[in-house]
Amino acid sequence: MTRTGRLVILLVAVLLLGSVGTGAVLYAAHRSGLRDEQQADGPTVRAGSVSLRPTSGRRLLVRNLAWGPHRDEIATVPADDPRGPRTASGVTCLRFHAAAGTGICLQAVHGALRDTYRAVVLDARLHERRRFAVPGIPTRARVSPSGHLVAWTVFVSGDSYAGTDFSTRTAIVDTRTWTVDDNLETFRIVRDGHSSHAADTNVWGVTFADDHRFYATLATGGKTYLVRGDVTARTLTTVHRNVECPSLSPDGTRIAYKKRVKGASPDAPWRLYVLDLRTMKETPTAEGRTVDDQALWADDDTLVYALPGDYGSDLWTVPADGGGTARRLMESAVAPAYLG
Amino acid sequence: MYLADSRGTRPAVARDIRPGRRPAAVPTTVLALGTVSLITDVSSEMVTAVLPLYVVAGLGLSPLGFGLLDGINNGVGALVRLAGGHLADRGGRRHKAVAGLGYGLSALCKPLLLFAHTLPVISGVLAADRTGKGLRTAPRDAMISLATEPERRGRAFGVHRAMDTTGALLGPLVAFAVLRATVDGYDAVFAVSGCVAVLGVLVLVLFVPARITPASAVRTPEAMRPTLREAFALLRRPGLRRLTVCAALLGLTTVSDSFLYLLLQREGRLPADLFPLLPLGTAAVFLLLAVPLGALADRVSRRRLFLAGHGVLLLGYGLVLSPWHGVPAVIAVLVLHGTFYAATDGVLAAATAGAVPDRHQGAGQALVGTGQALARFGCSLAFGAAWSLWGGRTALAATACALAVSTLVAAYVLRPAAAAAPDEAVTV
Repeated sequence: MTRTGRLVILLVAVLLLGSVGTGAVLYAAHRSGLRDEQQADGPTVRAGSVSLRPTSGRRLLVRNLAWGPHRDEIATVPADDPRGPRTASGVTCLRFHAAAGTGICLQAVHGALRDTYRAVVLDARLHERRRFAVPGIPTRARVSPSGHLVAWTVFVSGDSYAGTDFSTRTAIVDTRTWTVDDNLETFRIVRDGHSSHAADTNVWGVTFADDHRFYATLATGGKTYLVRGDVTARTLTTVHRNVECPSLSPDGTRIAYKKRVKGASPDAPWRLYVLDLRTMKETPTAEGRTVDDQALWADDDTLVYALPGDYGSDLWTVPADGGGTARRLMESAVAPAYLG
Repeated sequence: MYLADSRGTRPAVARDIRPGRRPAAVPTTVLALGTVSLITDVSSEMVTAVLPLYVVAGLGLSPLGFGLLDGINNGVGALVRLAGGHLADRGGRRHKAVAGLGYGLSALCKPLLLFAHTLPVISGVLAADRTGKGLRTAPRDAMISLATEPERRGRAFGVHRAMDTTGALLGPLVAFAVLRATVDGYDAVFAVSGCVAVLGVLVLVLFVPARITPASAVRTPEAMRPTLREAFALLRRPGLRRLTVCAALLGLTTVSDSFLYLLLQREGRLPADLFPLLPLGTAAVFLLLAVPLGALADRVSRRRLFLAGHGVLLLGYGLVLSPWHGVPAVIAVLVLHGTFYAATDGVLAAATAGAVPDRHQGAGQALVGTGQALARFGCSLAFGAAWSLWGGRTALAATACALAVSTLVAAYVLRPAAAAAPDEAVTV
């Protein structure tokens, strides 16, 4: 083939492939445009003021996923009417949690070259108190019951050279002193009674007991552990095996968590369990599907968690004692927090 | 100049030299292969850049433990690379066909990602993508060797690696531009990546000659079809054996990038948000220095530069362990790390090219490359274990000592006197 012939073929191919690529981009852009239009059968979402201060009734805060202008905003509904109209705050978060007038909001910042992420500590009026750059994609966020401590976990993955290897970074910030522990992996790890340090440790999913103690997941050597953390002593002590994304009950006696169960399909490996911290007895909940979320305790007997749904995810609820059945709490929502 | 070809006399390679003109510094075939690599790397790095985001934010999955497959992939990748090198040598230099198969397979994987919604399926597609990469690496390096005059191979490989790295740096930029235009349109990123990959294959098909036959090749039917046994018998050639042993030995003491960055961040108490920038620093230095150091290797000695590169890496380890911390120290380590790659990556391929006869270029490149890759993987396992036992700092100090020793051993093994020993003693 002549040089001209080859160049012509190349040119035609560039035009052809260019059109296919452009078509794909235009289609995706059109589709994302649709998400900004109010969805006909979706919940009513109105802009309004959202406060973290105590109000007359108990409220549920979520990241609203319903299509429309308030998609991804933190919205609130009465706790006893989760399917009712939502009040959107105008604050956009990927992950969110709040307690005692303090909110933690993990956001994406769309830069020119790449996305970056930040953790924003919010006051009771959802105004920014302080922001922190975080090194990866947000996945978990928690505020301590007192509102003094906040924690978050992000996924970190290397660029071209490190490939597809994921790890986590978990940080804890004291909002009274703004002391930052930006990597809990540097805490001293006490595993099965011995001090241990490994390169492949990952810590994620902090759940606070009070302003000193917390629980989290530690992964090392291919195993996961429930660890009890101490902010002052900077230690992580293993408590139990095969526990991910722990969530401490309001009375501090039980941990709801994701357990990797034997015989489950590799794309649906987890079930929602509850661990009694006194007896170390594990109880499976009535939710039979795989749960990939850090559950939230609605009260001392009820769990709330997210499952994939038509518009990203829906919130479901199940009794913590292993009885009852799972039922859908609200559609198109993720990252719940109860106030009041 | 040391010529390893057992056929002995080799006339000056005449391709790409037009009468009355200065010989082209880099043959057009190398530029074409560099372009293919650049385009392919744009495509694959587009996917690599958005994949974590897609998995976590797009699909809402928890990808921890996802990297566990890497070990298996490394082993399979090594075998595939050997197979690719050998297959390319068989049947009268099917380098282009085998490389094309590898590039084609990877291109096919990009649109498949559109239909992968669970971690096992995504892992499967990525494994196939890597198989393609393993398949094409050795034939591509063989083609670069064959197309280039022996005295200019260092520079040629340097040019190729620089183009390759350029693609790797551009990929994420393109990916995020698409993501921005489509608001989380991951499918659009995969579709565009697929189109780019197809373009890469097309450039290979159209602009890389089907047979890159050096003028010196003596065509006998036996010579056309090297057997598998012959391919492994390459290791009986002292020149190649020494290189393979040294590459593996040094590979055993080369800490993987991710470990180094992790240590750098912890020792340097670097702000966590700067962490994702570390690989970019290494890549940028690699890109800038690949060509000049490749050309330098041609002038001084590829073996010497390869060793010097490991000396630079040793300096880098020393700097990580030193009490000097902070951003300037981190930048200095990244400069040394990038220099290490620029002085060793293409240079090793060029040195390998000189140690094997033309008809075994594919297998030769595969042997040395696989030896190095497996050794580095072994080092990662050992380093992880050492970190658990003694902590990261001590593990790095131990590795640095081992690197110093293996560099000295390699310097002895690769000394000019030994390298100059005639390879004709071994019949292949």
